[in-house]
Amino acid sequence: MPKASKEIVVSNSLGLHARPAMQFVDLANQFASKIMVYKGGDEPVEADGKSVMQMIILAATQGTPLRIEAEGDDADDAVKKLADLFESKFGEE
Amino acid sequence: MKLKDFIVTEAIVSELKASDRDGAIRELVQSLAKVGAITDTAAEEVVAALVNREQNGSTGFGKGVAVPHVKHPKVKKMVGTIGRSVVGLDFAALDHQPVFSVVLLLSPENQPQQHLQAMNIVFSNLQKDMFRRFLKQAATQQAISDLLDEADQGK
Repeated sequence: MPKASKEIVVSNSLGLHARPAMQFVDLANQFASKIMVYKGGDEPVEADGKSVMQMIILAATQGTPLRIEAEGDDADDAVKKLADLFESKFGEE
Repeated sequence: MKLKDFIVTEAIVSELKASDRDGAIRELVQSLAKVGAITDTAAEEVVAALVNREQNGSTGFGKGVAVPHVKHPKVKKMVGTIGRSVVGLDFAALDHQPVFSVVLLLSPENQPQQHLQAMNIVFSNLQKDMFRRFLKQAATQQAISDLLDEADQGK
């Protein structure tokens, strides 16, 4: 299975709250690949990128580095588009 | 952060009278106002904001739970409460299933980190099958309060 990953930083001021988490999951669900999101630091957390609850549990505030990983035939495209979503700040400030 | 840091025990509603989403939200906000966790004047505005938030995207994230939440300028301190529905509520949930447990969270503006921490602790518990099952069955305010205490102690 092809794999892809990318490091991003949460840039919107409100962080990864419910609405952005749902936006992420909606987009992740458009890909066949398995999507995982990892938060490092003192208490590392991994989340299924297709689960809203798990994404909210990341509690990723502004400035938090995250790693998006995808595994599947569309892994490259998935990681790129999901990283772009963070880049766009989910339409927020 | 712990659940009891923001869940107001006295405002927990062990059996919601409302049988619809907006009614349940109103009942829980009024319960918070009744015990003085928010002001009476803030209550109606907060209800409207919560309903508006639901209309823009359901907080019924599946598995019979919903977490209506909003940041509002008239909320001075983060507070929350829990409502239990016996009949099940239509929250337009992501999995299209009825909601039996409502965790309602009100946050002040400009405290995004605190809000994310509260959502983290709420969902960390709601992810657990046992917690959801007990919450659905806890028939009194005291039983729900005890469940939260146990969760806070990591049992």
